[in-house]
Amino acid sequence: MTDTAHLQAHATGHDSASHAHTPTGWRRWVFSTNHKDIGLMYLVFTIFTGVVGGLLSGVMRMELQEPGIQIFHGLAGMAYGMDGDAALDAGKHMYNVFTTAHALIMVFFVVMPATMGGFANYFAPLMIGAPDTAFPRINNIAFWLLPPAFILLVISLFVEGVGPGANGAGGGWTIYPPFATTGHPGPAMDFVILSLHIAGISSILGAINLITTIFNMRAPGMTLHKMPLFAWSVLVTAFLLLMALPVLAGAITMLLTDRNLGTAFFKPSEGGDPILFQHLFWFFGHPEVYIMILPGFGIISHIVSTFSRKPIFGYMAMAYAMVAIGLVGFVVWAHHMFTTGLSLDVQRYFVAATMVIAVPTGIKIFSWIATMWGGSITFKSPMLWAVGFIFLFTVGGVTGVVLANAGADRSLHDTYYVVAHFHYVLSLGAVFSIFAAWYYWYPKMFGYMYNETLAKVHFWVMFVGVNLIFFPQHFLGLAGMPRRYIDYPDAFALWNRVSSVGYYITFVAMIVFFYATWEAFKRKRPAGDSPWGVGATTLEWTLSSPPPFHQFTTLPKIESTNAH
Amino acid sequence: MVIGQFLKKVGAVVAAAVALAPAIALAQDAPVEPTGYAAPGQIHLQRSVTPVMDSIVSFHDGILMWTISLIVVFVLALLLWMAFRFNVKRNPTPASFTHNTMVEVVWTVLPIIILIVIAIPSFGVLSDQLTVPDGERKYLGSNIFSFGEVDVPAPELTVKATGQQWYWDYQYVDQGLEFSSLMLQEDDRTATKPAQPRLLAVDSELVVPVDTTVRLQVTADPQGVIHAFAVPSFGIKIDAVPGRLNETWFNSRETGIFYGQCSELCGKDHAFMPIAVRVVTKEEFATYMAAFEGGDYTAANATLAAVQ
Repeated sequence: MTDTAHLQAHATGHDSASHAHTPTGWRRWVFSTNHKDIGLMYLVFTIFTGVVGGLLSGVMRMELQEPGIQIFHGLAGMAYGMDGDAALDAGKHMYNVFTTAHALIMVFFVVMPATMGGFANYFAPLMIGAPDTAFPRINNIAFWLLPPAFILLVISLFVEGVGPGANGAGGGWTIYPPFATTGHPGPAMDFVILSLHIAGISSILGAINLITTIFNMRAPGMTLHKMPLFAWSVLVTAFLLLMALPVLAGAITMLLTDRNLGTAFFKPSEGGDPILFQHLFWFFGHPEVYIMILPGFGIISHIVSTFSRKPIFGYMAMAYAMVAIGLVGFVVWAHHMFTTGLSLDVQRYFVAATMVIAVPTGIKIFSWIATMWGGSITFKSPMLWAVGFIFLFTVGGVTGVVLANAGADRSLHDTYYVVAHFHYVLSLGAVFSIFAAWYYWYPKMFGYMYNETLAKVHFWVMFVGVNLIFFPQHFLGLAGMPRRYIDYPDAFALWNRVSSVGYYITFVAMIVFFYATWEAFKRKRPAGDSPWGVGATTLEWTLSSPPPFHQFTTLPKIESTNAH
Repeated sequence: MVIGQFLKKVGAVVAAAVALAPAIALAQDAPVEPTGYAAPGQIHLQRSVTPVMDSIVSFHDGILMWTISLIVVFVLALLLWMAFRFNVKRNPTPASFTHNTMVEVVWTVLPIIILIVIAIPSFGVLSDQLTVPDGERKYLGSNIFSFGEVDVPAPELTVKATGQQWYWDYQYVDQGLEFSSLMLQEDDRTATKPAQPRLLAVDSELVVPVDTTVRLQVTADPQGVIHAFAVPSFGIKIDAVPGRLNETWFNSRETGIFYGQCSELCGKDHAFMPIAVRVVTKEEFATYMAAFEGGDYTAANATLAAVQ
């Protein structure tokens, strides 16, 4: 058996940076066709949008800190110059707008651009020994479509949604009709739909570029079965994007024509069916959650291997577990719809299919643990984030098994239990993998070393904070608190308060993050080409830090490795 | 049936585990739990008053909760053990193995077995929820490995709930009687029903008889949006979709008021359209219904003790 962790590359191209026509100034970025520069732009964009999305959730947690409505009628009063009941009504809608915007930003403008835009763009070509991506200009336009998409989403917040004094789209990220059609007569929902269209085009273009790159531009000798797992995860994710996003595009186009051109795809009074939209949406939406987490799987594999100084355990099983998760992920969508009135047989099928996903996911968790087993582990900050990821993703995964059972979902559907579940796999799982990647590749991307203590403080404060936010939400869900509520019965006060305190702790962690980043740029401690030592065996560590503007002018050759 | 007997024993163990779980959860002296809605700081499912919710509680507390807790503890223990045993100081020379077919087979097959063990009661619980009783079929109740041992009568009353923005319309379908149910604003609640919880108390409760199977039809205003009808103590939750008539059922063994809340985002007052089902004795219900048929909801409601 072969093993990627033992790739021995004849690395060359260390000194190929001095290209004559390296563009400078704003041209270098705006016209960029360089995968590393584009990757960095994605990451900077993500940091900005992440702050916006995170602040939105902060206002929501402040509102939910106590029973009653404390914040939003005041915000609405400031925004519209209203008071009394009018401000209260506007505030209630504004809360829904915040939940909607928080979700859309985090999904489409933070997690996806960070993993598939930033890290995949930057490191997938390096790991497979490619000089750049296959379609550098497509890469450029894929990135530059995102800011306009984000601007459209932001505009939607300020134009009429439900009615006068109710700006913005408040239909949730799922934008179910009829609430997203007749329920939102104003143009805000159209802006959201167009924003998603453009973000979707961006992702599809990025996916095409990455698939082509990975299939065609691997270094000589690097077969698919020798390819690093991060490249595998990017490949699988790109296929999910390519197959899922057109379905979303179709669904929201039908929504758009229902809203504006008199069609009736989803209008029951004219023979349409609102449930059809839910099927289409979730046919995209379920693969979407794997799109957000699969690149993290790849990242975690490398970090665990590097800091255990041990090759990845069960490489083939790890790669094909991701393929299996991607495939099965397309046939489980209606587990998001157990309460819509699906027949018994249909619900049985989706219960069984959904539970199947636990098996490849379990293989991944146990293989990470087996990679560490017998290793010589140093708990540097990337490793802390990776181990944190494994634990938190396990917690989020097992509650997924609970929810997969339609019989139990009857009680938990649309409660805070679901909110806790998907935040454990995304806000804690995917985001922890993003921070793990940030600290792992930071010295490679920027050539500087951050302060290790600050990075560890960031981890521990954030670990405590996010658990405090989301663990009590399981209790709220079990006790029956529905999601997307601006106010709740007094019985739910305790755990909401704890959850809000968790947010403030997480906020402190983010301040530590920004300080650590600023400190690293200020101090400029040279990182060296391969700061993580002998455990880091993938090709990016054979290059300088930061890598040359164009790398691998002479392609590395991958030796055939011996099996253990 | 040897397997049947075995499963019954498993069911008994599960029932015992269920009885134990809240005791562990609330080791501190628990306040008297309210019926029909959550207690302050509650960390588990609401108290069951129907056979369907009995099975959900057994399934969740008895199997799912134990399984997932053990898995999480197991993974955490492994991670901690590795931090202790395989750190660079204690284990300076890393091993280099990359495969072990035996453990790979084990951690593939073992989860499959666990999932099958979960799936057996899962399908039973699900089938109970989606099968309206005909008087013959046996239901699981709290013994989820029993293949059915609880008798549930066929429906004797059909109620239709229609989601509006933002309240519920109720109809006694066979009697053709209708009324609307709106959340009480705080001033009205403290004036008329101060003992009822904030955001849950309504002006007009849906009145149904105890120990009676009620067929519940759920839809939404044809020109409106989607809502969802949920009563946690009954173990029911079903979407109210414009243009569709969904159906579920419940059979409460206790009288009292049981609260639920709209469970599908429907607009600004999504959090303010609660569901209140008042379960009364069969005699009280007969009197109530007679008064309703001869008059209106107010007259009918006057036959019942006032809600405090």
